[in-house]
Amino acid sequence: MSLSAQSSMQARFKFEVTRDNDEAAFFFDVDIMLPGQGITAIFGPSGSGKTTLLRCISGLERSSEGVCVVNGITWQSKSVFTPVHRRPLGVVFQESSLFAHLTAEGNLQYAVRRSSKGQGIVFEQVIQVMGIAALLQRYPHQLSGGERQRVAIARALLTQPQLLLMDEPLASLDKARKQEVLPYLEHIRTAFEVPILYVSHSLEEVTRLADHVVLMDSGRVIAQGGVTDVFSRLDTALWLEEDTAVVLQAQVVERDNSWHLMRVRYSGGDLWLRDNGTALDQWVRVRVHAKDVSLALTKHEDSSIVNRLEVKIVEVGQDHDEAMALVRLLSGDVFLMARITRRSLQQLGLMVGAVVWAQVKSAAMLS
Amino acid sequence: MFFSAEDFAAIGLTLRLASTVTVILMLVATPLAWWLARTLSWWKGPVAAVVALPLILPPTVLGFYLLLVMGPKGPVGEFTQAMGVGLLPFTFWGLVVASVFYSLPFVVQPIQNAIESIGRRPLEVAATLGAGPWDRFFTVVLPLAKPGFITAAVLGFTHTVGEFGVVLMIGGNIPGETRVVSVQMYDHVEALEYGQAHSLAIGLVVFSFVALMGLYSYQRKQRLIFRNNLGGF
Repeated sequence: MSLSAQSSMQARFKFEVTRDNDEAAFFFDVDIMLPGQGITAIFGPSGSGKTTLLRCISGLERSSEGVCVVNGITWQSKSVFTPVHRRPLGVVFQESSLFAHLTAEGNLQYAVRRSSKGQGIVFEQVIQVMGIAALLQRYPHQLSGGERQRVAIARALLTQPQLLLMDEPLASLDKARKQEVLPYLEHIRTAFEVPILYVSHSLEEVTRLADHVVLMDSGRVIAQGGVTDVFSRLDTALWLEEDTAVVLQAQVVERDNSWHLMRVRYSGGDLWLRDNGTALDQWVRVRVHAKDVSLALTKHEDSSIVNRLEVKIVEVGQDHDEAMALVRLLSGDVFLMARITRRSLQQLGLMVGAVVWAQVKSAAMLS
Repeated sequence: MFFSAEDFAAIGLTLRLASTVTVILMLVATPLAWWLARTLSWWKGPVAAVVALPLILPPTVLGFYLLLVMGPKGPVGEFTQAMGVGLLPFTFWGLVVASVFYSLPFVVQPIQNAIESIGRRPLEVAATLGAGPWDRFFTVVLPLAKPGFITAAVLGFTHTVGEFGVVLMIGGNIPGETRVVSVQMYDHVEALEYGQAHSLAIGLVVFSFVALMGLYSYQRKQRLIFRNNLGGF
């Protein structure tokens, strides 16, 4: 994967969104520059315009005022509008969208026959990565929800897309099915060099999958950046409310079989987590909720909390709850977030620049 | 029960008429149904109403106006005369034109319903897979709306076989040219040939029954497939 000026995408759309009921009308105004690799999540509450943005980029929605340039090729501008079927993209829709009159293989061949050239995505490899070899002869109604979505993802890949758009691909599935499909999405990232735009309102999916995050609300982009960066910012935290959490990249360094724990290391120190079977030396993502982090002035050796990290307070901010405060902590070269009461903040005399001990009650490995 | 040579001529003519009309209707009604299913235009209401008119108008009204329009002083009549094909009323092709109007709603509505029930999503999906507009029509709309097209063809054909009022107005009673089964039967009754009339009447009843029965059992089968079909749309 090389990051050249060519490999990126620019999208700018501006128009008024009118719905059938006038109240929900809002102004859609987005101007973003996205990396041409990895998974970029477009994250926001329902009705924030995430799907509209995706439809504008794909050309399914035709906005009067818009610019869309992908890998140096203009898909839309004042004078250009490339119709959807001529754009080298793949789309995975929220609900299963397989053609009912074709088998799984027929659906895949539909894409293969019309595919553009050049991405070098091989049929057999897609079948293998998505684990659908045994399903090819079945009709969509003979497949489970998760299987249908896997076939739909494979079909989108087989168009040889330069950009893969996914509109809440897991939203119509129940929890168990989601867990079934999620690993396949991770496999895609490693197996194919296709940049993915992933629309979701699920924090879990976004923190697990995304490299880059665009936060949207009411038709506007309110924050964007790398996943670890975006989720460790106070303005983002305020917006996420109870869900405020940071994402860390860590490496598995030790396994304690007798207690079912494993130790992971990131730039700010080590964390003991529940052993989920990940191999040693593997890089993993760890999510730490702000509500699971407490602060102490000294290192408590006598606590049940085993994860103690020396951190530096870099910012103190308001919380959506007026009894609480959000504290942003520098730990190594990344940030943690702690959600503590305002009274504790005052009584401990916590101020920006102070070095304190963060006690992490729980942290979750995301993959 | 037996058919005379004239009866056979009438049956042959009726089948020829119904086949011709069905073919023309499928070609005319498909784009019309597509437009009605997709348009947001103000014209949708009026056009749909005009298409549906033959459902409720007495066939004689429709026949009467077609007679005027296609007659020597009507706009269509003047046009056909200028083209050198003469006048359409009291000819086979006059019957064809009249039947196309008369059976139009029976063909447009099933196709329109089928296209509406497919929705936009399959077409969007096909577009993202690289299919252009014509490609989308032939590879997605046609197969998914197939039950609607088959229903339309069967209803168009049988309805044309069964028409009487329009035929009488626009076609009259010319053997081999416009004397279809329903008119032939009427003639038998006028001549008090009840046995002959009975043969044709029973024939029509059996034909219509078998056609509708076949259609309904086909629709039931399709529904079973599509109801189980969560994978589709």
